[in-house]
Amino acid sequence: MKNKINLSSLILTFILLMIWEAAALGIDAAYILPTPIQVIKKLWELRVALFTVHLPATMAVTSIGLLISIVLGVALAIVMDSFPKAEKAIYPIVIASQTIPTTAIAPLFILWFGYSIWSKVLVTILMTFFPITITVFDGFKATKREMEEMIITYGASKKDIFFTLKLPTALPNFFSAIKMSIPLSVIGAAIAEWLGAQSGLGYFSKRMMTQLDGAGVFAPIVLLSVVAMIAVAIINILENRIIQWRKEL
Amino acid sequence: MLEFRNVTFQYDEDEIPMMTDLSFTVNDGEFVSVIGASGCGKSTLFRLINGLEKPQSGEIDVNGISIEKQKNYSSFMPQKDLLLPWRTIEKNVCLPMEIMKVPKDKQKEKCKEVLKQVGLLDYMNKYPKDLSGGMKQRVAFARTLMVGADMLMLDEPFSALDYLTRVDMQEWLLSQWQDSGKTIIFITHDVEEAVFLSKRIFVIQDRPFSSMESVEVPMDYPRKREDLKRPEVADLKEQLISKLRKKVEE
Repeated sequence: MKNKINLSSLILTFILLMIWEAAALGIDAAYILPTPIQVIKKLWELRVALFTVHLPATMAVTSIGLLISIVLGVALAIVMDSFPKAEKAIYPIVIASQTIPTTAIAPLFILWFGYSIWSKVLVTILMTFFPITITVFDGFKATKREMEEMIITYGASKKDIFFTLKLPTALPNFFSAIKMSIPLSVIGAAIAEWLGAQSGLGYFSKRMMTQLDGAGVFAPIVLLSVVAMIAVAIINILENRIIQWRKEL
Repeated sequence: MLEFRNVTFQYDEDEIPMMTDLSFTVNDGEFVSVIGASGCGKSTLFRLINGLEKPQSGEIDVNGISIEKQKNYSSFMPQKDLLLPWRTIEKNVCLPMEIMKVPKDKQKEKCKEVLKQVGLLDYMNKYPKDLSGGMKQRVAFARTLMVGADMLMLDEPFSALDYLTRVDMQEWLLSQWQDSGKTIIFITHDVEEAVFLSKRIFVIQDRPFSSMESVEVPMDYPRKREDLKRPEVADLKEQLISKLRKKVEE
């Protein structure tokens, strides 16, 4: 695998940051638009609270939510693939669940589950389980008909087809699904925390806003996206380890 | 022995049947080719034999017993190699035995034997992507042998290969056939390939067809490529080509 650092994107990022810095300096109102350097400084000042209280809280929400979503999404995809009737029944509901604006329904969850972690986990699940279900389901569907027929002539049962063909075929999609849902789960958790929480990066960001601390609003957001990027990078490495045959299919 | 008795078959989505009242036999240890224009029903014959499709009427017997009452009486090698890219060559070859729930050590033993036979034992732990097209077809052939059936059905197995590899593979297949004594039914649209390989050639000309013309190839085994130039063989080739072309022009 070529692991070359993408130089052009680094340069562009740097240029954008420079423009931001210049603009923020021009506006000269840190409570509206802090400069990147101010944000980094803030991150450092707040490191204890951010890293020991709020980051763990948000990570708990995202990881529990993501885990449940993966189990739920994969299970649903398997059911939909195994029973065409279930596909017809479930598919529209899954899609309909995505037309619900998360920000509108999240307050309801907080009404139901209070400030506990579960209201936030539910928002995360609502955001992520759809892409996981559909992507994994498509992966199962990508199994080649000819391969299926070939192993049927060997006497393969439905179970054999699933484990020898469908599961490996869907594996690349499974990784794509996870990579897609990591950022979504972070967004979901942050939204839920904005609406009602006692800790977490989203909550922290909101609190800083009420204090008109621009850099304080940005600091947890920067942290969130860095964490999401690292998580995606880890999944990428895992994926490359496990699936060396992706190009072949 | 394979026997079709008055077989009629039509795909649900088709207006006219593929074959009506078709009867023919293939003897044990024979090398038979089936030729015909594309879409004439060559592959449908295989789908009927391996049970992927059921005839509307008629009987298909292998060794005197209806195919509905038996399993693994034939094994099928598709046009594409259909090797699973996530499995090593060994695991690919073992696939039929794995499905048949044969014990692991027995799978391995038989796999080695078969890979040795096709001359690819050294590639056991490689992946399909590491092999050339001809090698992949040999692996696919090895996998077909793992079913353990006495009747092999090969559906244009060499059509995707370049000319020189194809010629090599044809000679290789003949030697495999002579060593194993298995029955081979071979689908192709390449008349020269059919003539070079087979003892008998079935020609499908109409649709629906109710019989296939059976043409004996006047050559003894072992065969050499030069034999194709012999006048009676060259004549046969021309005859077959004109038969197939007549159909296309109509």
